[in-house]
Amino acid sequence: MVELSVNDRTVKVDVAPDTPLLWLLRDHLGLTGTKFGCGSGLCGACSVLINGAVARACSVPCSTLDGAKVTTIEGLIAAPDSVVTGVTEAWIAEQVPQCGYCTPGMVVSAVALLRKMPHPAEPAIAEAMTNLCRCGTYDRVRKAISRAAVSS
Amino acid sequence: MSPINLSRRGVLKGAGVLMLGVHLPGVVAHSAAAGGNSIVINAWLKISTDTTTVLVASSELGQGVFTALPMLVAEELGVDWKNIRVEMAPYDPVYANPLLGAMRTGGSTSVRAFFLPLRRAGAAARLMMLVGASRIWRVPIEQLVAEDGIVTHAASDRRASYGALAQLASRQKVPADPPLRERNRWTVIGKSLPRLDIPAKVKGDAVFGIDIRLPGQTYAAIRHCPVFGGSLSKLDESALKPRGGAYPTGIIAVVSLKDAVAVVADSWWQARSALGKLVITWKEGVNANITSNSFDSVLGRDLDSKDPKAIAVNRGDVDLALKGAYKIVESVYRQPFLAHATLEPMNCTANVTPNSCELWVPTQDQSAYCKILPDLLGLGPDQIKINTSFVGGSFGRRLESDFGVEAALLSKAVGRPVQLIWSREEDMRHDFYRPASLTRAMVGLDSSGYPVGWIYRIAAPSVLARVSPDSVRGGLDAGAVAGISDQPYGFSAVRVEYVRSQTGIPVGFWRSNGHAPNAFAMESLIDEAAFALSRDPCRFRRALLTKSPRALAVLNKAAELAGWDEPLAEVLEARRGRGIAFHEAFGSAVAEVVEVTVFADGRLKLDRVVGVIDCGTTVNPDIVAAQLEGAILFGLSAALTGRITVDNGRVVQGNFNDYPLLTLAEAPRLVVHVMASDGPPGGVSEAGVPPIAPALTNAIFTATGRRLRALPIAGQDIRSL
Repeated sequence: MVELSVNDRTVKVDVAPDTPLLWLLRDHLGLTGTKFGCGSGLCGACSVLINGAVARACSVPCSTLDGAKVTTIEGLIAAPDSVVTGVTEAWIAEQVPQCGYCTPGMVVSAVALLRKMPHPAEPAIAEAMTNLCRCGTYDRVRKAISRAAVSS
Repeated sequence: MSPINLSRRGVLKGAGVLMLGVHLPGVVAHSAAAGGNSIVINAWLKISTDTTTVLVASSELGQGVFTALPMLVAEELGVDWKNIRVEMAPYDPVYANPLLGAMRTGGSTSVRAFFLPLRRAGAAARLMMLVGASRIWRVPIEQLVAEDGIVTHAASDRRASYGALAQLASRQKVPADPPLRERNRWTVIGKSLPRLDIPAKVKGDAVFGIDIRLPGQTYAAIRHCPVFGGSLSKLDESALKPRGGAYPTGIIAVVSLKDAVAVVADSWWQARSALGKLVITWKEGVNANITSNSFDSVLGRDLDSKDPKAIAVNRGDVDLALKGAYKIVESVYRQPFLAHATLEPMNCTANVTPNSCELWVPTQDQSAYCKILPDLLGLGPDQIKINTSFVGGSFGRRLESDFGVEAALLSKAVGRPVQLIWSREEDMRHDFYRPASLTRAMVGLDSSGYPVGWIYRIAAPSVLARVSPDSVRGGLDAGAVAGISDQPYGFSAVRVEYVRSQTGIPVGFWRSNGHAPNAFAMESLIDEAAFALSRDPCRFRRALLTKSPRALAVLNKAAELAGWDEPLAEVLEARRGRGIAFHEAFGSAVAEVVEVTVFADGRLKLDRVVGVIDCGTTVNPDIVAAQLEGAILFGLSAALTGRITVDNGRVVQGNFNDYPLLTLAEAPRLVVHVMASDGPPGGVSEAGVPPIAPALTNAIFTATGRRLRALPIAGQDIRSL
């Protein structure tokens, strides 16, 4: 039994301890905004915030999450601060997504970056945004982050 | 006036029934009444009090059809774009893509196929609104104006919204050939309107295949025979049932398929974990010993065979032309198998009952399921229902129905809805790969540098031989030789030969298909010819394209945006270079310029890429620009690192660690331009892929003097000579 906070709600779950957070969110809590891409922490489609830091939910076993505070894309959207609003508006203004599958993870990563570093230069953006986008929207991602940085 | 209720089923039924005898979809009135609360005007349109819903028959793969196609309807219907909603059409023959003859999304055809039908559907609906209003108001139709979703009779100061008129309009006769707006009156087509699907995607609300949730749904993980063509031999479940008893909590069933074993469970992780405990023995079959080396030698043997299987093109006397040539440039180009590696792994949710089968699937080919499933499940075509989710990348992979068929079989086996999700490793190792190829290309030049004769021979596995065997005549796979002899260069004498190679690796359509490998060979060869003559590669191409103003304009625009004639700024301990390439495909012309820095230690940096496309009439220029940007990066990813290899009959690569995708840090800055044109619409999504690999290797040549004739670039020495 693990007790954690997901999007500011306390959740008690009885799952196998090795169950990755990703599948707890998707299959047990019905939070499908966090995506499955690789299962090995390589693509970032499952990016969430754990205690405020960006993490790859596919590679974090639930057993390590007792007392943790998890925020998913749904949590960011439900209670947006100025950074979240800035990022989502910038993503729309720059028309970033194509297939959109990497987008929630990208948005979570961008929010984490801008909360830590409100005006990141290009190298910092490149270092933080390691999420893979198969459609090739990276140039717009860079522009959207710069736009969000200016607006917040 | 209260609107008639119509359910989705009702919509479909109405559309289907009413389509009888009408050749082109989109011009039907008289709707069947059922549940819901909007009026069906025709197969493509539903109107309620304040919104207009356009049904889209192409899957939204990221290419923007959920916006571009509704724009065609909105242009002619005359409604405020703010009130447009979009809905994926359910499977129905009425929604067949007219260019493909099936409800299928591929070949960069969506806008080309629906450009007229959807405008006609909008124009017909608008005319029916006018006729309806003229009847109730008893005024001549000429006195009415329909704009922004409102019909106005100025003389009597009467107005009625489309919503209010919808029911009446739907009872009017369908105009056979409604007049379409003149191009100079367009207010929607040609505008970069924001995509309708983006807000939901940004919020994480967009429902992809893996996000489907049904009452009583179960989840399945699967393992396929690691060798292509092999099958299941023996399954030992004892580790999963330690005391020989029941499955542990959460595990519903272990299902054996011909070439795979799946576990169905309450959650995907349980299924996946249980799958790992099974001991599976495979009958590996004839491909158990194939390796990348073995098919390299097959391709090599085929390329050198004295008797080519198929002559694709034989124009002019190429042998004579080459005999008299001042100079002959000849090279061999080698390209690897490639995976699609969509970010959303293959998946499908199926609910099969004794008398029905319903799928929720991210697919490019709804029609395929309706062809395969009835026989497989012993059901009638009417008992199959296909719902299409958002699609998390496709690139040709989801033209295949293997994963969807598996989901249906699993649901039938357990009698419950099943969501089958492949792991990344299964996805990577059980793809239908872009064929590897070996190309020998030769061009003969006269003393002024003009090409007098070209010979190409390509050895590659055939995609069409598998997916459409009837189309392969005389051993020729027309897709494998696409985009060679029809380029706008001077081709007075040309011979194109194809040899079908057999490698045991399943091959399939991959964004731009034969165009990418052929453009790599062709645009590399042209570059080699230019340098052999000490000519500038851009000016050399310019001289060859003088008879095609469109191609020339695209090339010139790319050169202009790149500042082709300006030297690149120097970088310490590094060489810089620019490369250019041009290719026409899918009715569009594209030129791309790549700027690279190659450091002394051989590291490569992509500085900037300029891309220019002429795709004729543009519905939404920003969507075209985004597709060109995406195609450039998709092609760069393949050129840099894309390679599927095989050992002991097994695909070696399994995840993004050994099949890396381009990252943001590696991605170049992009400058793209969409040419203004009033030509017929061309295909977009794939057209930007073919020129990028040769533009990149041409740039590396300029920087370092190293001519790369094999892809990918990773693993090759590119230090300056």
